[in-house]
Amino acid sequence: MVSAPTPLEEELRALAGAVPDPELPVLTLAELGVLRALHVTGAGRVEVELTPTYTGCPAIETMSSDVERVLRERGMPEVEVRTVLAPAWSTDDITAEGRRKLAEFGIAPPRPTGPAGPVAVGLGIRCPHCGSTETTLLSRFSSTACKALRRCEACREPFDHFKEL
Amino acid sequence: MSPARATPAPLGTAAALALGDDALVLSHRLGEWAGNAPVLEEDVALANMALDLLGQARTLLSLVGDEDELAYLREERAFRNVQLVEQPNGDFAHTIARQLYFSVYQQLLYGQLAAEDGPLAPLAAKAVKEVAYHRDHAEHWTLRLGDGTAESHERMQRALDALWRYTGELFEPVDGLPVDWTALHDGWLTAVTGVVEQATLTLPGGPQSGAWTAGAGRQGIHTEPFGRMLAEMQHLHRSHPGASW
Repeated sequence: MVSAPTPLEEELRALAGAVPDPELPVLTLAELGVLRALHVTGAGRVEVELTPTYTGCPAIETMSSDVERVLRERGMPEVEVRTVLAPAWSTDDITAEGRRKLAEFGIAPPRPTGPAGPVAVGLGIRCPHCGSTETTLLSRFSSTACKALRRCEACREPFDHFKEL
Repeated sequence: MSPARATPAPLGTAAALALGDDALVLSHRLGEWAGNAPVLEEDVALANMALDLLGQARTLLSLVGDEDELAYLREERAFRNVQLVEQPNGDFAHTIARQLYFSVYQQLLYGQLAAEDGPLAPLAAKAVKEVAYHRDHAEHWTLRLGDGTAESHERMQRALDALWRYTGELFEPVDGLPVDWTALHDGWLTAVTGVVEQATLTLPGGPQSGAWTAGAGRQGIHTEPFGRMLAEMQHLHRSHPGASW
């Protein structure tokens, strides 16, 4: 399975990777880092591996059906999307371009995870509106499990922070 | 039940069922706060933790069989969760005490499982990172309530005391889990004691198990509120088999 991807696989992977995240549509699945593998296993047959951000993330089902749809439309009638857990997804898997888009969208991107684990001190989280680092944690959980709610002390705006995992 | 799932390793089945039921039942209890929490942020936080636990439950129960059949069609005596997670939400302090006891345990347990090469390792490695936030949440609230007003202090202490006797069961060995239970208990006690003392509270002094609670939930013996919780949880599925939306 480690053989180099064929041109078809590269094309299909680009298509699947360009599918937008259903909950954060500014990001693609490739930028989020959840598209793990894609293999063409026969004529018109393709297997895709996705990994969930959080174990209970309900978006994974929409991601699967969206990937299935774009690959079918490209002429692959048999698409199998599997969910894999290992290795566990980390916010470090979000690409640099993904981080830039998050900030532009008003969500403070995750910081690199350290050896101390994901629950780090709240230093250096920049307000996506005004750029101040004077921000305060309001709640460890926000509109989705992957975000925390913070407030900027400079511009007083609340904002979401994609928290480190 | 799909054929691919029909032959799990027997060693992992009892363990996956036990941990899956813990996650499922606590998820349901936390979900009961939706729309009822003291502030909006807590409503969202408790629901998010419930969702994490539901994801863990789905993965674990799918290792055993059909997740819906297991969740919705088993009788009370077939559930293998510890009695701690089925305890009613009570006031907010009771929910936080239950969260503190359980999230510290779950984080240490998953930490050990993630380091082993067993069938539960992939889930444990993933879930341990999520549970770190649950623990962080419970610890902060324990500090805030314990070191808060006289009223919040008293209620937090009452909650810790009331749930203490359900904590012993957490450390009853489960078949098929490669866990050092003594180290787990020691690590748990150290962590919980640290938070409780910092919160100016007193670690409960009584036994960690009653004669009938030690390992009882893992054998299918549950407390009275659990039946009512299951009735509510299973009612829709049993009334409308196969319904979807």
